[in-house]
Amino acid sequence: MSEENQNQKAMPASLASVAAKHAQKQPGTNPLGTGLEARGVHAWFGTKHVLSDVTLDFAAGTVTALIGPSGCGKSTFIRTLNRMHEFIPTAALAGEVRLDGKDIYAPGTDVTKIRLKIGMVFQKPNPFPSMTIGENVLSGLKLAELKRSNTDDLLESCLVRAGLWNEVKDRLKEQGGSLSGGQQQRLCIARSLAVEPQVLLMDEPCSALDPGSTFRIEETIAELSQTMTIIIVTHNMQQAARVSDYTAFFLSNDGPGLMVETGPTSQIFSAPRDKRTEDYVTGRFG
Amino acid sequence: MALLEDRVNSVPAPRELTTKPRRSDQIFRFVVTLGGMSSLVILGLIALFLSIKGIHILNEKGFSFITESRWEVVTDENQEVIQSTFGIGAMLVGTMLTAVIALFVGVPISILGALYLSFYASGRVKTFLVSLIDLMAAFPSLLFGFWGFFVFMDSAEYWAKLINKYLGFIPIFQVPTPIFERSPFIAGLVLAIMIIPIVTSISREIFAQTPLDRIQAAFALGATRLTMIRAVVIPYGRGGIVGGAMLGLGRAMGETVAVYTVLNVVYAVNWQMLFGAGGNIASLILLKFGEAGAYEVDALMAAGLILFLLTLVVNFAADFLVNRFGKRGR
Ligand SMILES: Nc1ncnc2c1ncn2[C@@H]1O[C@H](COP(=O)(O)OP(=O)(O)OP(=O)(O)O)[C@@H](O)[C@H]1O
Ligand SMILES: [Mg+2]
Repeated sequence: MSEENQNQKAMPASLASVAAKHAQKQPGTNPLGTGLEARGVHAWFGTKHVLSDVTLDFAAGTVTALIGPSGCGKSTFIRTLNRMHEFIPTAALAGEVRLDGKDIYAPGTDVTKIRLKIGMVFQKPNPFPSMTIGENVLSGLKLAELKRSNTDDLLESCLVRAGLWNEVKDRLKEQGGSLSGGQQQRLCIARSLAVEPQVLLMDEPCSALDPGSTFRIEETIAELSQTMTIIIVTHNMQQAARVSDYTAFFLSNDGPGLMVETGPTSQIFSAPRDKRTEDYVTGRFG
Repeated sequence: MALLEDRVNSVPAPRELTTKPRRSDQIFRFVVTLGGMSSLVILGLIALFLSIKGIHILNEKGFSFITESRWEVVTDENQEVIQSTFGIGAMLVGTMLTAVIALFVGVPISILGALYLSFYASGRVKTFLVSLIDLMAAFPSLLFGFWGFFVFMDSAEYWAKLINKYLGFIPIFQVPTPIFERSPFIAGLVLAIMIIPIVTSISREIFAQTPLDRIQAAFALGATRLTMIRAVVIPYGRGGIVGGAMLGLGRAMGETVAVYTVLNVVYAVNWQMLFGAGGNIASLILLKFGEAGAYEVDALMAAGLILFLLTLVVNFAADFLVNRFGKRGR
């Protein structure tokens, strides 16, 4: 963290220029639906209010970065977006999350179908160790009880899109755990792709990886954003600047986490409206 | 140049890596070793005792001790043994038959129960059931035996008749004469009920250790609870379940009182599980021990030795299976 901060202090301007190079996508220019909308989302763990009134739009086909200091509720928020939040026994929630205009928390919703449409990649690579590499990629079909003909093509296309095909094409029968950390994370991305989600949530997907693997995953994100909506939590400002069209800054001051500011990434890094955002992206705190 | 070649040619031998542990660690190591070895020593002493007492019987009777199915001692008025036949064939078969029935019925129920407790039950229901199961594990087996004999027998007999009627074409479900009371089937069911608590709580502990990130990964891929359990929990817990089942099997094979109460001890090999005849080694020992003379006691010790060896073999086999197939899901 501290090393990163020093980098940021040294070059806030370059962050903005990185972000500016990245041609920002306009909402509504993409035939992928209306995307995902969070409306007044609050979250609690037990009686502890950890997230307050977050309203945020994720236009289809865009990449949005969620940034903010540790403990401000980024993970909590991203987990409310595919109903993984309720997985924790004490968790509670208010507000709405709409996918293509429909509330995913509406009574009578099949939560497994929601999670199929809104996939997730976790911070720590978590392939299934009892399965081979190939089985891991296709595991979603089995888990969600989907039928697909021609799974060989699907397997290849997922691995190609995750940037892993060349490295594993000759070892598809090996165990998933036999890969390096970076490869495992790309395997997990490939696994999410196999069920063809509309939205992909990534919670610090590169935080355990080396720069090389990080670069590969960023390439993958750029590629995937052609066909899906991506929301990524990251502590790495350069990464946010490199990969995202939009950025949202979260912060909590002893109370529940808030979404302080959102906007096009280049604007957040060059001309933030809020003083706290400016302090954070220039590395003055956090 | 010469220098470089020298260096290349003189690859050093790997060094021996040693450490001198601190005094406190040495002492603790000794204490721990003592604890670890004690079970081995106790087991060894029991085996030694059984061998010393029983080996001469095994020598005398040879292979017929496990193939023959009679247990007769004729003594004269001075309690001297004139003639004896010792064979535990029927009891050996009965031991395995009742234990296998117990596993067949008990383990699936235990796994389902453990899955329910781990992934479906919540809050108070869970706490209550868990303590109930622990209580059940501590129940004296005599009570299971009584319950099996006085309460359970009637309905079990009814099921046995049903099975015989509809599946009677399968040899193990046939009966030579229609006697359905006190059969290995019923004894096996009572044993199944006896092993359910231990197998359930072991399986539950294993399931509880399933890594959360894998469970979450499965749910994030649109898994239902059922598919998640199949893809993540079972592969992870497989080895542990086998281990738990083996503990159950051990208990079932060694069970004395419950089997003795329920089962009709008959000295004839009986594979037909619905037919009311059988026995197991442990119940034979219980039956004969009270009035046995010194010679017959030795024979009973020999029977105990066989049971001991059988348990050992089964457990080694289970260990082998766990190591061979259980590790993949970890
Ligand atoms: N399972 C939980 N039970 C209780 N409180 C929790 C739980 N998970 C998170 N919290 C609390 O909720 C708040 C937000 O946590 P969250 O994990 O969303 O932060 P974050 O922004 O992702 O932080 P980081 O950048 O360190 O990952 C924190 O105060 C945390 O302590
Ligand atoms: Mg987090």
